[in-house]
Amino acid sequence: MSDNTDAESEAETRTQDAGFDDWIDAAAEDDAYYLECPNGHGSLPPRRVCPDCGETDLEEAPLPETGEIQTFTVTHVPTPAFEEDAPYATAIANFGPVRITGQVVGVDPETVENGLEVEIEITVSETTGERVLGFRPV
Amino acid sequence: MSNVRVAGVGLTPFGNTPERTSRDLFAEASIAAFEDSGVSRDDVEALLYGNFMGELSEHQGHHGPLMAEAAGVRAPATRYESACASSGTAVRDAVFRIRNGEADVILVGGAERMTNLGTAGATEALAIAADDLWEVRAGMTFPGAYALMAQAYFEEYGGEHEDLANVAVKNHENALNNDKAQYQSAIEVSDVLEAPQVSSPLGLYDSCPISDGAAAVVLTSDEYAEEHGLEAPVSITGTGQGGDRMALHDREYLARSPAAREAGDEAYADAGVDAADVDLAEVHDCFTIAEVLAIESLDLFPVGEGISAAREGRTTADGELPINLSGGLKAKGHPVGATGASQIAEVAKLLSGDHPNSTFVDDATTGVAHNAGGTVASATVHVLEVDH
Repeated sequence: MSDNTDAESEAETRTQDAGFDDWIDAAAEDDAYYLECPNGHGSLPPRRVCPDCGETDLEEAPLPETGEIQTFTVTHVPTPAFEEDAPYATAIANFGPVRITGQVVGVDPETVENGLEVEIEITVSETTGERVLGFRPV
Repeated sequence: MSNVRVAGVGLTPFGNTPERTSRDLFAEASIAAFEDSGVSRDDVEALLYGNFMGELSEHQGHHGPLMAEAAGVRAPATRYESACASSGTAVRDAVFRIRNGEADVILVGGAERMTNLGTAGATEALAIAADDLWEVRAGMTFPGAYALMAQAYFEEYGGEHEDLANVAVKNHENALNNDKAQYQSAIEVSDVLEAPQVSSPLGLYDSCPISDGAAAVVLTSDEYAEEHGLEAPVSITGTGQGGDRMALHDREYLARSPAAREAGDEAYADAGVDAADVDLAEVHDCFTIAEVLAIESLDLFPVGEGISAAREGRTTADGELPINLSGGLKAKGHPVGATGASQIAEVAKLLSGDHPNSTFVDDATTGVAHNAGGTVASATVHVLEVDH
């Protein structure tokens, strides 16, 4: 990226979390996925065992492109890692095989509501430059 | 199988004492518990100690032996960490050990030093009870997580912020004569509704404070209590624990706490009671919505009806089923690792008639303590009964 801030460069020197950061990389390329077990249970990586049934044969399957917000909150008192991002809306969206928690971007947080359809967008914390799992309304 | 007696309890004041170390806090609570019990420190066979964020707030791990030393106990000591349910899990193991005949006397308790971290630091420390990769990195805080549950509850069952405000008002009212409580001040519904927002719909007065404090409980077998002529009319007769997926978004329900229901069902069955027998409960109201979810999970109110219980006066001190007569986490304070043991202390005092609020529950025989960790991925429930 050409617009790296110092904070962002610093963030990129952090040891990666295998599985999770790979997922963020994929999501940034519009290739988000979930893990599916032979019994059809969905889960998020990194994971070797299906938390629902114990199956160990987990395969990556494409995440449905959009999810629906099931609950949300506007956070005014953040942790220090999001100090300059607040207020921001956090939501849980249902993508079908999995639900995901993300930060709603691109809209006034006060306009977020249940039922809103969103897609994954990997964004960057204004505070730390770390990548953040975001939801953009479609 | 031996019955488990609550021989003595001790609490520090809960509050804002950033300079006090957790070893000093626990020492004070343990002194009070030993004085209350009449049990000799020499007879203690184990210390089971709850603490959550000692590494972050005090740069201290390996709390077990440190706290045994602070309490003047020469016995093996183990730290329990289950987020905000840390000392609830410690109490549960203490109950098992005494029942199994492995020990006659156990010191159980917990402490937490939090206010030295400041609000932002404590918020960050508390957040580690959530899934770091999938929740915290998306900006979810703990108030935020409970706000997500509150919003989901409103959507599913109805209710509004004013219902939750009545929980806060009630618990502040209950804490007025609790000299260990962090807040001994009455508030009104309008105070809650007009307070600064923390994470919508929850505001400052929907949240428990950040607290320092400690709790200690001396538990003994029936045989030991009898041999030593202890006055210990209250027993822990039921214990239960439930678990759930770590991240809120992975739960079957966003507005229910199945782990607490599992813990409650197990504890009731263990004690041979059911929800209808419960005369009072101390529940884990880290946020106002948490009390609603707790009283529904414990089957004290039907799902969807817990939200209006405080507003309708059903859970107030003079209501049909008083909840959090101590002031709860909301007004008494929530030094995380101490909370589970402090609830046992409060229920025992309420049942034995030694609590300032015992007058509201004169005929009570059965009390419940509900302790929750994270967004209730961990829960313990204990049933306490008093001899009459």
